[in-house]
Amino acid sequence: MALLEVSDLTTYYRLKEGYVRACEGVSLRLEKGEALGLVGESASGKTTVALSLMKLLPANASIVGGSIKLDGRELVAATEEEMQKIRWKEISIIFQGAMNALNPVRTVGDQIAEALKIHEKLTDKEAWQRTRALLERVEIDPDRVREYPHEFSGGMRQRVMIAMAIVCNPRLVIGDEPTTALDVMVQAQVLQLLQHLREEIEMGLILITHDLSMVGEVCDKVAVMYAGQIAEYGPTEEVFTRPAHPYTRALMAAFPDIEGERELASSIPGNPPNLLYPPPGCRFHERCTEAKAICREAPPRTITLNEHHYASCHLLDRQVESCRA
Amino acid sequence: MRGYVLRKLGQTVLTIFVVLVLNFFLFRIMPGNPIRILIRNPKISAESLQRIAEQFGLNRSLPVQFAYYLRDLFRGDLGHSFVYRQPVLDVIMEKLPPTLLLTGTATVLSIIIGIVLGVIFAWKRGSKIDVIGLSLSLVLYSMPSFWVGILMVMVFAVYLHIFPIGGMSTPGAYYPTIWIQLGSLLRHMFLPTITFALILIGEYVLIMRNSLLEVMSEDYMLTARAKGVSTRNLLRRHALPNAMLPMVTLIAMNLGFIVGGAIQVETVFSWPGLGRLMYTALTGRDYPLLQGIFLFVTVCVVGANFCADLLYRYLDPRVKS
Amino acid sequence: MLQTLVRQDRLTLLKKNLSGFWAVYRENKMGIAGLAILLFFALMALVGPYLVGYSSEIGGAETVLQPPSAAHWLGTDDLGRDVFAGVVVGSRISLVVGLAATLISMVIGAVIGIVAGYYGGKVDAILMRFTDVFLVIPWLPLMLVMAALLGPSLGNIIFVIGITGWAGTARIIRSQTLSIKERPYVERARAIGSSDLHIMVHHILPNVFPLIFANTILVAAVAILSETTLSFLGMGDPTRMSWGMMLHFAFEMGAVSFGAWWWLIPPGVCVVLVVLGFTFVGYALDEVLNPKLRRR
Repeated sequence: MALLEVSDLTTYYRLKEGYVRACEGVSLRLEKGEALGLVGESASGKTTVALSLMKLLPANASIVGGSIKLDGRELVAATEEEMQKIRWKEISIIFQGAMNALNPVRTVGDQIAEALKIHEKLTDKEAWQRTRALLERVEIDPDRVREYPHEFSGGMRQRVMIAMAIVCNPRLVIGDEPTTALDVMVQAQVLQLLQHLREEIEMGLILITHDLSMVGEVCDKVAVMYAGQIAEYGPTEEVFTRPAHPYTRALMAAFPDIEGERELASSIPGNPPNLLYPPPGCRFHERCTEAKAICREAPPRTITLNEHHYASCHLLDRQVESCRA
Repeated sequence: MRGYVLRKLGQTVLTIFVVLVLNFFLFRIMPGNPIRILIRNPKISAESLQRIAEQFGLNRSLPVQFAYYLRDLFRGDLGHSFVYRQPVLDVIMEKLPPTLLLTGTATVLSIIIGIVLGVIFAWKRGSKIDVIGLSLSLVLYSMPSFWVGILMVMVFAVYLHIFPIGGMSTPGAYYPTIWIQLGSLLRHMFLPTITFALILIGEYVLIMRNSLLEVMSEDYMLTARAKGVSTRNLLRRHALPNAMLPMVTLIAMNLGFIVGGAIQVETVFSWPGLGRLMYTALTGRDYPLLQGIFLFVTVCVVGANFCADLLYRYLDPRVKS
Repeated sequence: MLQTLVRQDRLTLLKKNLSGFWAVYRENKMGIAGLAILLFFALMALVGPYLVGYSSEIGGAETVLQPPSAAHWLGTDDLGRDVFAGVVVGSRISLVVGLAATLISMVIGAVIGIVAGYYGGKVDAILMRFTDVFLVIPWLPLMLVMAALLGPSLGNIIFVIGITGWAGTARIIRSQTLSIKERPYVERARAIGSSDLHIMVHHILPNVFPLIFANTILVAAVAILSETTLSFLGMGDPTRMSWGMMLHFAFEMGAVSFGAWWWLIPPGVCVVLVVLGFTFVGYALDEVLNPKLRRR
């Protein structure tokens, strides 16, 4: 049984003007100890997927369809009380920009120990001991356990967030752009840390980022999101070397190769569609250099390219007449 | 921390000094011969005027007068009241306890209710309770303090006869036991306190609500929720400690308003405190008393602000270092 | 030639800005309600007294302290005068005093705020200390002392309220000035050698103006409350009727014990409505000028 199985997840945000279809028909699968990269532009729905998994959506958003199965257990129908027990113990999340993600008026140790006291019936003393050990693991001086968040640097705060996220030994950790605000050296440290931890406790990882190189280093699988949908999904090496979806290909082209000739990095002209009124056909067709008539009219099916590699594009659909070369 | 305390103390002393100077000059640069203002007897002879001038030191140069003024202040001499024929400071001290009783009770009451209501309105943001509550707070905030008092007296004292019209005790009343006396005090205190509390609540509710709304939208609240913190603890342990901080500053800033409110409420209810004293001094043109009260009250407010500043610093860890 | 062209441009820009502004403001229910209230009372103040003809004639004993009737819509006061007429006539003084005092506060506050923000350094420090003192001092005792020393007259009340109410405005204008000061066009102006005064008047002032205006509305609400309170406490001009003065006489003459609610309630209600009107407009302006606030 897979650790995480997401089928057809659909989440909408309710605005005054209508519904924003932030996440439409998303399907993923993660085995124990696997790392999945979730890439895409800003506002492609990555964070919405993360929040949906933990059912931490804001008041005006809701999951309108699909299922999320953690170890076979259905989460979409779970109540808030049930989720309060599942959150952090089974799935935890590292937020982007830990600057504001830590409560400024409580000590760092207090916030980590809090998670322990909620989910594991530990005494105060035990909780603090575990906390100190954890801080050491993330390479922070354990004596700083009674200091406040503002007394730490950005990189250290992110490491505190990581420590806090793994304190209950969750099965799955979601990292939402965990290294975006950090400088390159610290980024490398943080990634290394995550790798170690994964190996140690067989932790599943969903890494949300727009940095493809990071995905290449860390993740076994990658899902490419565009405008709330999954454009392509498969083993990292395969998707990177043989991208099938035009968007994926454009993404790869946008990342200049460090070896080889010097060339201008290409970008994709245009903007992502307004998810309040998404186009009826393929959501990428307006910016796709290879778009055909059908792309404008009908949404593409998910095509299985080989055993674990899927993409959503008419061009790959051998059943579509007009795409025959 | 210590550097901050010293700096704030210095600022406070400077402020008080400016107030003293202001007070000094207010009296002396106002139109009309100061002596004539003091004495108010148009038929007084020129020699008597001279003597009085000497007595008050008004024929000396300005800097000398100022020096005498400061010296007197340090001795606790705020002048002599015309109306009461006593030293101003004595009169003030006599009338201080009733004001403290009224103001203190009302402030504590309104803070507690304001916080509770503010939390409720923020938590149920946009609901009917919230909208109605906000509108009421806004309307209360727009009413002149004395007018709220007048309304209360008319409804509860005159029309319904539940509470006495004013005063702190019934004239000529006899209290056989301390409990009856306490009961009488509470009966007399009820309307003024409620009035005062109503006036203050509006602002506290609004600020608490806004503060909590801001805190609830912060990232660390999402983190806490992600950690599985119960809804009750989310509010108690994460949101409130952050949301309460601006309240401390607000309460300090509001002290001037509280003083203004006290003057009005005490006047309407004939409550024998400092506020009413100021009104009496006003109508009786008792300038020494008037200025004495002004000085006393202002120094108290400035001092209280200083304490509030320290308290805020102590509570907010971000600011401690 | 260039100057006139620039001036024309500015005018069309202003007109376009205003109509765009009005389009957004129109949407704001609170703002429209507030505006309606203020227009009503402005009309009352301007035109009312002529229509109502407040007679200072003292009626006979039978007409004293009468409850509302067909002859006197809001009853009569202790001298037999019509309360409704009093309210209408009083609106003029209450509004005029409030607005005049607000003007004074606004000017003082803007000047101090802009100068402090623009020059920075020692000038800023001194001015801000001074402002802080005024922020801390309890307003009513200060106003009472000054009014008592100056004597009760219209001019004096306007002066006293105006000269005590500028501190908040000054602070706000100062922070706005601080941020505007860094903008490119200000640096350019300085680079081409414009005088400080020129920059402050032509570059900073126009940009700070919307903020000043929004703040002024809220200051006006406080000014009207202040006038009412001062008059109630006996510091108003006894020869000029204002809402506060009506309440003063009502209270002094024992209207409370008598139960003359028709004398005590209407002036207060008018004050509350006007203050609410200003507050609504002020909040609405805040929202319109500061789009971030709109989704509260």
